[in-house]
Amino acid sequence: MSTHTIALTDLPTTRPLTLVLHEWVTTVDHKRLGILYILYALIFLALGGIEATIMRFQLIRPHNALVSPQVFNRMFTMHGTTMIFFVAMPMLFGFANYLVPLMIGARDMAFPRLNAFSFWMTALGGLLLYFSFFGGDGLYGAGSAPDVGWFAYAPLTAKTFSVGHSTDFWTLSLLSSGIGSIGTAINLITTILCMRCPGMTLGKMPLLVWLNFVMAGLVILAVSPLSAAQLMLIVDRYLGGHFFDTQAGGSAVIWMHFFWIFGHPEVYVLVLPAFAFASEIIPVFSRKAIFGYPVMVLATIAIGFIGMSVWAHHMFTVGMSAGANTFFVLSTMAIAVPTGIKIFNWLATMWGGKIRLATPMLFCVAFLFQFLIAGLTGVTLAVAPLDWQLSNSYYVVAHFHYVIVGGILFCIFGAFYYWFPKVSGRMYGEALGKLHFWLFVIGFHLTFDFMHVPGILGMPRRIYTYEPGRGWDIWNLIVTIGVVFQAAGILVFAANLVWSYLRGRTAGNDPWDAWTLEWSTSSPPPVYNYAKIPSVRSRRPLWDLKHPEDPDWRYE
Amino acid sequence: MSPTSIFAPVSTPAESILGLSVFVFSIVAVIFVVVFALLAYAVVRFRSQGSHSTEPAQIYGSTQVELAWTVIPVLIVVALFLATARVIASIQNQPRLQNAIEVVVTGHQYWWEYRYPSLNIVTANELHVPVSDPAHPTPTFLTLLSADTDHSFWVPRLGGKTDLIPNHPNQMWIDPHETGLFLGQCAQYCGTQHAKMLLRVYVQSREEFDRWVHEQQQLPQTPASAGRRAFESTACVNCHTVSGTPAIGKFGPDLTHLMSRDTIAAGAAPNTPETLRLWIKNPDAIKPGSKMPAMGLSDQDLDAVTAYLETLR
Repeated sequence: MSTHTIALTDLPTTRPLTLVLHEWVTTVDHKRLGILYILYALIFLALGGIEATIMRFQLIRPHNALVSPQVFNRMFTMHGTTMIFFVAMPMLFGFANYLVPLMIGARDMAFPRLNAFSFWMTALGGLLLYFSFFGGDGLYGAGSAPDVGWFAYAPLTAKTFSVGHSTDFWTLSLLSSGIGSIGTAINLITTILCMRCPGMTLGKMPLLVWLNFVMAGLVILAVSPLSAAQLMLIVDRYLGGHFFDTQAGGSAVIWMHFFWIFGHPEVYVLVLPAFAFASEIIPVFSRKAIFGYPVMVLATIAIGFIGMSVWAHHMFTVGMSAGANTFFVLSTMAIAVPTGIKIFNWLATMWGGKIRLATPMLFCVAFLFQFLIAGLTGVTLAVAPLDWQLSNSYYVVAHFHYVIVGGILFCIFGAFYYWFPKVSGRMYGEALGKLHFWLFVIGFHLTFDFMHVPGILGMPRRIYTYEPGRGWDIWNLIVTIGVVFQAAGILVFAANLVWSYLRGRTAGNDPWDAWTLEWSTSSPPPVYNYAKIPSVRSRRPLWDLKHPEDPDWRYE
Repeated sequence: MSPTSIFAPVSTPAESILGLSVFVFSIVAVIFVVVFALLAYAVVRFRSQGSHSTEPAQIYGSTQVELAWTVIPVLIVVALFLATARVIASIQNQPRLQNAIEVVVTGHQYWWEYRYPSLNIVTANELHVPVSDPAHPTPTFLTLLSADTDHSFWVPRLGGKTDLIPNHPNQMWIDPHETGLFLGQCAQYCGTQHAKMLLRVYVQSREEFDRWVHEQQQLPQTPASAGRRAFESTACVNCHTVSGTPAIGKFGPDLTHLMSRDTIAAGAAPNTPETLRLWIKNPDAIKPGSKMPAMGLSDQDLDAVTAYLETLR
């Protein structure tokens, strides 16, 4: 640590640490806020990962007593809430913040101060959630984190069943980060509609921008009801309301509707930016233009619309009528069509290309295989009668981790390696990158492939221990072993980031021979992004520059 | 062989779900193999060898192939949807038969209450139903209620799960074709001891079931004893009922025929004098976080109360 400080002070341009910190805290620059979002998400990724590891080691064998049921229940509540609201969302918002203005040739977001406000509201949310460990029982008590599950079904959150303040910290945390999310969504939509450089019509935007545009629309539609539900829960708990208070005639089912009208679109809020990364990385590393751009855009919009009408497939077991169940089966299955189109178009993009399997592409290729499986198990769960068996079982847990880890997190890792040279100005270590990839692939498949089996054999989720003799033991052991490989992969990843940032070789403006605008400016980009605002004629402005004899705009 | 596998159904709803799932998994497996092969082929076949000096041919799209991989999935979805809708209707719209057994299931934080309204029986945690001969079906219809938070009734070999939600009565039915003990557990997170809210369904031949019903309808013969006095003069009676005695509490399981049950604490422990004594002395030793308080009885009273409970047959 001390040598590090000395090395810094030796540099002529170094300013006092307090000044640097002050600059970062007060910044309204979209790139710095993007980096803040991402670093913040990485810290919470470590916390959420530790919580998952504790759960897995508790479940390594039946009747294990590593942690008490109370602690286990806090762990899965905190793990879910952390990973969704304080890892996945801020991570993806961070990339969107950093990349969208650069890719549309703008100098910043439309509302830079709203941008800073949104980040700090999200940050406050995460801090509130974790402060519950100290203040959850009230400041006089020992403290405890919320233990109501990440979807916090009523009436478990009522005062009767959740005494103390742990549920209040959960509620306020989501309310705060929700305000941040909606602020970012408004900002992204405005930026994309109003700040595009000359020549960049909507139809010439990079797919990453399109996907984040639809994502932002979904955030406004989905996070608003969640925030409303949080306010209603506060009214129930402190102002004598009875929205969800079943002891006084309230409805537990209303909470489920509020939560899942947020909760399912939320999956698309997370997966669309992941698709966005794949849609940039796969073409560049296949050396081909994205196949079927208009259909990719239409499929995205279709996913957005259909995604708003499928929420009650999380509620097939709550006793809806046969008609309602049938409707949600159809809407849920329908979403497989635009999603399938995307997979086929990525496949066609690779077809006939010259595929370079550098680390970003490795993660995207693994994503394609894994998302195929995640989508297909999703189809099986859309079959309501099968869902009556598998809902709330480990099959479901395996399915959505296949989506979120196998799909979304793999794309996020791809994006880290792909844009790391742009953000830091240095190349990452390719050998370490590949080691990270293989460790994570092995760990991921050990954990989440085998996790489907105990679900089929009747193991429900959220149990802190289980009975021997149900045929679940061996599967749980394998699943836990996979965690070790995943954790090792994450450590290699973190080491690679730090080492490359300090010691990596200089990347240059365009290390991948890529085609979108961000690669035309320096690495890292200057505060103002572009000395002269660029103008574009096609979806791949840098291709046009590099191939003046065969520019894209002839074909679009 | 897992006793809780969804692939070993013995009751019509679980069997029709298995039939549908074989159809669905087959289609999904075919899609998986085809797309997986295409992806693997693309990655291997078009992997760049060495440095790339020239760019490959740029292809921007193709209306025909894109139409193909839109229309084919639509057709698959239609087929899956129709097969699914048929099974939903067959399970959810099942008419109630005259000779069906009616059971009202009430979920409590970490135990199950079963009431047979037409038979005037109240019991807990171990559900007894008659086997149903497909030629002369005697299905069991469950009305699902909750006294506190959400729960879910899931015995995989008998049928899919249905939630027990306060203020929201639900229905489900089973018609087991085999006798035996079928296991399951609560499948909706309901609080600290969600994990040990186990389900045991005893499917019995008609004669055995009728005998069980008859026994449950009798009042236990319990002469006055030190244990009974201790039980009735402590807080036990605030939560537990023993029919025909002053114990009329409703918060905990009915103990009238406690000794007819194989397990205590919602299946968490076998029903032996030792575990029963431990359960009364310190419930947290068996099920930490359960709503049963440690009663703080003297060793002498513990022995006496255990002995009294042992007479509740």
